[in-house]
Amino acid sequence: MQEWANQLCENRQFGSKMTDSKYFTTTKKGEIFELKAELNSDKKEKKKEAVKKVIASMTVGKDVSALFPDVVNCMQTDNLELKKLVYLYLMNYAKSQPDMAIMAVNTFVKDCEDPNPLIRALAVRTMGCIRVDKITEYLCEPLRKCLKDEDPYVRKTAAVCVAKLHDINAQLVEDQGFLDTLKDLISDSNPMVVANAVAALSEIAESHPNSNLLDLNPQTINKLLTALNECTEWGQIFILDCLANYTPRDDRESQSICERVTPRLSHANSAVVLSAVKVLMKFMEMLPKDLDYYGTLLKKLAPPLVTLLSAEPELQYVALRNINLIVQRRPEIMKHEMKVFFVKYNDPIYVKLEKLDIMIRLASQANIAQVLAELKEYATEVDVDFVRKAVRAIGRCAIKVEQSAERCVSTLLDLIQTKVNYVVQEAIVVIKDIFRKYPNKYESVIATLCENLDSLDEPEARAAMIWIVGEYAERIDNADELLESFLEGFHDESTQVQLQLLTAIVKLFLKKPTETQELVQQVLSLATQDSDNPDLRDRGYIYWRLLSTDPVAAKEVVLAEKPLISEETDLIEPTLLEELICHIGTLASVYHKPPSAFVEGSRGVQHKRLPGSAGSGESVDSPETTSTAGVSDAPPAVIPSQGDLLGDLLNLDLTPTTAGPPPPAPSSGMQLGGMDLLGGGLDSLMGDESEPLGGDLGGTPAIGAGFGAAPAALPASFSAPVSGGLDDLFDLGGGVGMPMGAYSPPKSVWLPAMKAKGLEISGTFARRAGVIQMEMTLTNKAMSVMTDFAIQFNRNSFGLSPAGPLQVLTPLSPNQSIEVALPLNTSGPVMKMDPLNNLQVAVKNNIDVFYFSCQYPISMLFVEDGKMERQIFLATWKDIPNDNESQFQIKDCHLSSDAASNKLQGSNIFTIAKRTVDGQDMLYQSMKLTNGIWVLAELRIQAGNPNYTISLKCRAAEVSQCVFQSYEAVLKN
Amino acid sequence: MIHSLFLINASGDIFLEKHWKSVVSRSVCDYFFEAQERASEPENVPPVIPTPHHYLISVLRHRIYFVAVIQSEVPPLFVIEFLHRVVDTFQDYFGVCTEAAIKDNVVVVYELLEEMLDNGFPLATESNILKELIKPPTILRTMVNTITGSTNVGEQLPTGQLSVVPWRRTGVKYTNNEAYFDVVEEIDAIIDKSGSTITAEIQGVIDACVKLTGMPDLTLSFMNPRLLDDVSFHPCVRFKRWEAERILSFIPPDGNFRLLSYHVSSQNLVAIPVYVKHNITFREGSSQGRFDLTLGPKQTMGKVVESVLVSSQLPRGVLNVNLNPSQGTYTFDPVTKLLSWDVGKINPQKLPSLKGTMSLQAGASKPDENPTFNIQFKIQQMAISGLKVNRLDMYGEKYKPFKGIKYMTKAGKFQVRT
Repeated sequence: MQEWANQLCENRQFGSKMTDSKYFTTTKKGEIFELKAELNSDKKEKKKEAVKKVIASMTVGKDVSALFPDVVNCMQTDNLELKKLVYLYLMNYAKSQPDMAIMAVNTFVKDCEDPNPLIRALAVRTMGCIRVDKITEYLCEPLRKCLKDEDPYVRKTAAVCVAKLHDINAQLVEDQGFLDTLKDLISDSNPMVVANAVAALSEIAESHPNSNLLDLNPQTINKLLTALNECTEWGQIFILDCLANYTPRDDRESQSICERVTPRLSHANSAVVLSAVKVLMKFMEMLPKDLDYYGTLLKKLAPPLVTLLSAEPELQYVALRNINLIVQRRPEIMKHEMKVFFVKYNDPIYVKLEKLDIMIRLASQANIAQVLAELKEYATEVDVDFVRKAVRAIGRCAIKVEQSAERCVSTLLDLIQTKVNYVVQEAIVVIKDIFRKYPNKYESVIATLCENLDSLDEPEARAAMIWIVGEYAERIDNADELLESFLEGFHDESTQVQLQLLTAIVKLFLKKPTETQELVQQVLSLATQDSDNPDLRDRGYIYWRLLSTDPVAAKEVVLAEKPLISEETDLIEPTLLEELICHIGTLASVYHKPPSAFVEGSRGVQHKRLPGSAGSGESVDSPETTSTAGVSDAPPAVIPSQGDLLGDLLNLDLTPTTAGPPPPAPSSGMQLGGMDLLGGGLDSLMGDESEPLGGDLGGTPAIGAGFGAAPAALPASFSAPVSGGLDDLFDLGGGVGMPMGAYSPPKSVWLPAMKAKGLEISGTFARRAGVIQMEMTLTNKAMSVMTDFAIQFNRNSFGLSPAGPLQVLTPLSPNQSIEVALPLNTSGPVMKMDPLNNLQVAVKNNIDVFYFSCQYPISMLFVEDGKMERQIFLATWKDIPNDNESQFQIKDCHLSSDAASNKLQGSNIFTIAKRTVDGQDMLYQSMKLTNGIWVLAELRIQAGNPNYTISLKCRAAEVSQCVFQSYEAVLKN
Repeated sequence: MIHSLFLINASGDIFLEKHWKSVVSRSVCDYFFEAQERASEPENVPPVIPTPHHYLISVLRHRIYFVAVIQSEVPPLFVIEFLHRVVDTFQDYFGVCTEAAIKDNVVVVYELLEEMLDNGFPLATESNILKELIKPPTILRTMVNTITGSTNVGEQLPTGQLSVVPWRRTGVKYTNNEAYFDVVEEIDAIIDKSGSTITAEIQGVIDACVKLTGMPDLTLSFMNPRLLDDVSFHPCVRFKRWEAERILSFIPPDGNFRLLSYHVSSQNLVAIPVYVKHNITFREGSSQGRFDLTLGPKQTMGKVVESVLVSSQLPRGVLNVNLNPSQGTYTFDPVTKLLSWDVGKINPQKLPSLKGTMSLQAGASKPDENPTFNIQFKIQQMAISGLKVNRLDMYGEKYKPFKGIKYMTKAGKFQVRT
């Protein structure tokens, strides 16, 4: 008592209030020692004070685990506060003292029988938090009782306890049947119990993706919707998130759920609002667009989203990330709300940047004037990151809204006049993009740009400026001087600038050959002889050879027309967007990545998909509908990255580490396609160049790929890496020594003699040892000799182009035929054709130029490393949305499944697994196209039935039809 | 679900940690500190920070970072809302939410946190319920408790916890039955340099203080409910009646609560109650700049604009200012370049102005950025949107309560560009 009084006096003395801060005071004797003594005191009050001190130390991270036995001794008490404090301590330290923790078990078990529901709940709750195996064994019985307790407060606490226990020992929970009890609680009369049961089940389900824990059917959905109205805000979040996993049977059910969820949009808790938005966004997909209710619902979504933006900045940030997704999926929702995204100068930077992003997405002809005025305002702000992004945004507006381009350009010019260094640089980078989008429109501004040449110190801006100078060299009088000035510090520039400079000077040379010969020689020698960078060196060599062998060809290659860049360079890919819409409000939506990409512990998260809209998707087995369904609105071309905007030529990544194992050295007499091309005259051009040509393996094929490679922007639908062209060149090596030949259709007449002044061409395609060949028979049916044959392809879906000239060495006399095999590569310019495998060819001879088109079997594009790992196959199969699946019938085929498999393997269709169910063989097969597209197939063969069924799944669903045709052709020949 | 919580003060010390599942080492906060270092201002720390094994979701309030640690996919808004709720609860319990207050009441804080979350699932977050479980500390109660040994932890299950009206406890009794409603509107606006409105919207709330005996059932109706674009209700409001009749019908919680928040967006015309005339110029080659600012009222329906405060971040090149206010006082911090002018009331007959010169760094070029003015003000007895309460009726109880309604308009984020 003496000490107690002392303390009281001391507190008064120092004028300190009776606050908990006293628990932090330490004495010289040693804190632990003193606390021990106090904990073992007879005085209840003193004990409590001591426990409080212990807790206080714990909160600041001090280790007080040594007091474990002493604290546990205080547990047997009627004082609820003391009991709670001891429990707090136990939860923190039980794990470090498992043997001691057992001491507490008896009290827990006793408390679970207490008449006061508060104490029963507290006991079961605390026990679940003690992560010690020995304790969990004792937990089962009390938990079972509590789950069926008469008091709902105890039941709801017990529901969460099942989730805790599952986290510690999943097997135990399953063995004890707690999961079933938990499922029963979904039908509980008390909404709070229902909400907690749902929350617990959802958490458990996260670690069991395939278990059917939350078996959602119309009955349970109805129960959830009833509970939704009555439970707490947090419970509403759990229930809404759970509802979002349900797929309604039809549009009527979908509508009725939406109707019951919409009131949640008026909740004060923003998390409830966003979860409700998720449910509505998902179920809306099923509603027919002409339904009145659909329009009503769209209108209802905007106001709550706008309101979220007036909340605290952290909430705004999450809301903005989600709105970003929503406006991509359904731009109509927010189209009138542009103003709420205008930036306030004291918004945190993370909010500013997000708002800017959404402003651009919403920009349209109607509001562009306002948007531009705002962006211009932002460009004068203080924060450098924000200013840069604002300037970029102006460029994006120009590209997105064509009518505004002129105004954007003049705004950018105004900004350049400010002479603020980083603004100028950023503006030049975006103006280059505008030139790419609208060629021959705004070049008048080049003079202004050139004035700022000296102030550019960032590589990206320098590279952009150099690109502009090179591209428009003919209009800039002193282009050579400008480029020459850059050349002085060539070796100090970054690679990006060096590559650009090289290309620009070559362009200049091709445009003004007379004055710039010296310059081009200088840059070529700088690039090839003085540089250690393989990219630069290789590009230098290519130009060198091109220029010295065939300047005309060089002109065609270097000054080729570039594809226009498109507005939506930063759109999220549609399938990913669909998945993210299903994850509105989650971390995935904040990071714009699927949960499987980053959430730890989510073992095999299932990919969620939006439900299909009513009416579609019924005629799955009709190839026409399926091939158009998924891709009818083919995504616009995406330019893979900023760097490629610049790379007008040969911007192939030369470090394709992903391309698989390095190609084995060609063993047989087979020649690599690339080698073939580089042979002959080139060596002589090299003169006594000491460095062997393409010394490293990576270099050789790359040069081959580079040939004829024009702007290498692949359409987005082929989500192939840019280095796709390289991959398949590597495959040339891999294919050496394939046992079986690939299927090749018989030759057919492509160009009848009547149409081609006597030249008849019949041909076929084949893949021989990894090389695609076009095999032709040229017949001269005219009266005169034919010479000077050459061949060219139009752009086509897979970038097929001749890997060398047409080898018709001797003149073709009348009535003579010649067999020619033209090796092809797939690094040519890409354009989607209809049908996909259509190829337009021009053949020239001394008489005229003739055009014809032919179709190649897509199987010749199947590469040799198209065999997928089983696991990956499974994952990919699941991953590809069902919309992309097509089913076909192959009739009258009499092969056994093994024979079929062998035959298909010859054409690089690999069987990964085989399963036999009820006399039906299922072959799971994969193939990979030269551009990296994977096609997965399931081939079902019923013994005795000549009709096979094949299901094809591919991210680019449009190839399915062609693949099916190849299957049919391969199997029947 | 929410794994752990760390409280971090402005100087980067972790002064409290609480774990609801297994203990997460406080070293996880290093990732937060990194982000804090990168941020130019304290409020620029991104709210969601990924680390290799966890996610840190934080809010900054009262210069304290509340950092929640999560491990699995949890809705971030859920976490942020919860953290704000924690702050509100602390404020409710201790009057202020400061590091000192939290440290002074560390045991109550711990008890509260334990009561608010169970295994990361929210348990009891309603202030009514919490106060029945854990009584807020008062100096008197602390004294009494220390001397008598009684506790401030409720021994009984709170009555509201499971009822259909969890926000209200039973058996409430008052001698004076009163219900007060405050309609408070904030104007968020951006005004451009020519004085035209770029965007303006109104965020309104109706805060209530209801002290009524028993289980009263209230209805509140508006003269012009169609004004409201978007509404968020306290859970007590019956949504169906609002949908059908545009009437707020509810059994109120006991004490203070926010009945409704609403939004009147830029679709409707929003009246702007003040105007600003400004002339801020820098001349090239001169180390002086002119500063001239005048405020005036407009569309105030005869009400006085008061508590006016103008603040602005002047360009970095400004060394000092020499200004002359016609009323009020001004301060300028030469380090942060923050100019702040406490104007007081605006007298329409004699408009307040602030004029003078700014001195710039000698030889420096004229600043590129234009300062933005942030304006705060209050107007009593007026809701700028024009919203008016029509009547308030009570059912279910016999007595006649005293009713009061007050209106006020404030500036929210009210910015004038120059």
